[in-house]
Amino acid sequence: MNHGHHHGGGCQDACCLKIEDLSVRFGSDPVLEHIDLHMHCGQIVALIGPNGAGKSTLIKAILGQREYEGKITFSPAGGGSEKLRIGYVPQSPAFDQGDPISVLDLYACCLSRRPAFLPVPKAFREKVLKSLANVHGEALIDKRIGDLSGGEVQRVLLALALEPMPHMLILDEPLSGVDVEGMELLMDMLDEIRKKFDLSILMTTHDFSMLERYCDRVVLLEHKILKKGAPLEVLSSDEFARAFHMGGGAV
Amino acid sequence: MSIWYAICNLLPFQWLIMNFMKNALLAVLIMGPLFGLLSTMVVTARMSFFSDALGHSGFTGIAIGVLCGSVAPMYWAVLLSVAFALLFTYVKGRTSHAAETVISVFSSTAVALGIFIATLNGSSFTKFNKYLIGDILSVTPSEIGLLAIVLLLVVILWALASNRLVLTAVHPQLASSRGIPVRGYETLFTVSIAVVVTLAMSWVGLMVLNSLLVLPAAAARNIARNLREYHLFSVLGALLAGILGLITSYYLGSSTGAVISLYLALYFAVTFCFRKRRA
Repeated sequence: MNHGHHHGGGCQDACCLKIEDLSVRFGSDPVLEHIDLHMHCGQIVALIGPNGAGKSTLIKAILGQREYEGKITFSPAGGGSEKLRIGYVPQSPAFDQGDPISVLDLYACCLSRRPAFLPVPKAFREKVLKSLANVHGEALIDKRIGDLSGGEVQRVLLALALEPMPHMLILDEPLSGVDVEGMELLMDMLDEIRKKFDLSILMTTHDFSMLERYCDRVVLLEHKILKKGAPLEVLSSDEFARAFHMGGGAV
Repeated sequence: MSIWYAICNLLPFQWLIMNFMKNALLAVLIMGPLFGLLSTMVVTARMSFFSDALGHSGFTGIAIGVLCGSVAPMYWAVLLSVAFALLFTYVKGRTSHAAETVISVFSSTAVALGIFIATLNGSSFTKFNKYLIGDILSVTPSEIGLLAIVLLLVVILWALASNRLVLTAVHPQLASSRGIPVRGYETLFTVSIAVVVTLAMSWVGLMVLNSLLVLPAAAARNIARNLREYHLFSVLGALLAGILGLITSYYLGSSTGAVISLYLALYFAVTFCFRKRRA
């Protein structure tokens, strides 16, 4: 399945994640067929598609949690090769309200070997504050995770996914369970983060209202890539209308 | 032990004169932190019902041990409840039933099997009462040693794995995305609970054992704002209830395990009144 470099045009030197001819089968059923996709740093790409279209499977394949045929390669800016580090924000329902776990504790559980039930060293607290600053969430540090709103949960998990700093961010349905105000806040932050850290960001979503304003590209997936391109181009395509049974090309 | 007895003799307490009370106090001092720690995770991982079921399987193990004429039915019980815990984890991962349904299936089967074996050929059930009610006053120095080893192991487990256990319990997907083998940690914790529940059964008693595994943390959750307070309140509550329960039961002559549970229930009630109101 080695295709050499013939789709490489344009991203030889840029930081780029290349997915080439990727297929995933579940038993004998193909879940994903011949996926070709390039993701460049500094871009936000939205992955959309009906339920069961294979979005989560594609994410799992990129994360290396799922076997696939084909190639996923990563080349950092300036050529050479580096092991791809991915920050992942899993789909997250709100946390249990009763859990006496603060945001600081959650960080300790993820990043520290030191048991989180012991007093936290000052240096670690500073580190967490700095990390939360990436999502303007310093004020959340001592809040219990069960008391966070949907948008706050996403922001905290986003900040956590940046530790250690990855090359790429993948967010699974970050907008679900988040109110409109929270959505804008979250998307503004993603926008800020991709500029600040030159990350490529891949997110799945069922909410199309944010796509045009924030995403560089939209990929419409239903077992194979039906359409990819600029948000408006994809949202007004017949493929989009058919995939979401809307009839016509209207959004 | 002689050092412990000497320390106790220095204390001006009338209830501490007898050696069995000195043993029991030491056992309670070990069991407080033990159950206080375990209980934080049992409640966070929503396993309170499961730990109850484990006690039942431990009872079945004891019945089998007694049937086989074993001198130490306790080891049979530990073995069986570990097997039960593993089988439960296996079955739960492969059905779409809710966890509570699977737990009930196992727990009722275990109880039925235990009673079946215990009463086989018309044997009397009374010899099993000690496992149902428990008798902490009967604890021997070597059993206290065993308890201390168990506490040490749990503390080591906590020092090495509690961060990962917590993360696995509150957000399994996040845990696995950070490279934590979620299934492995779940199994590790389930097996630890199985061992502790079964070992403690003959002193605390099956009927009230689960209150020790649930109430300290449930009460601590009423007032704790983070993991530090959670652990602290849970361990302190369990310790205090243990000591008070032992003293009270000495003067009133009732089962120690039951009195400890009642103190824990009181602890829950008090913390409930002071719980943090949520926005």
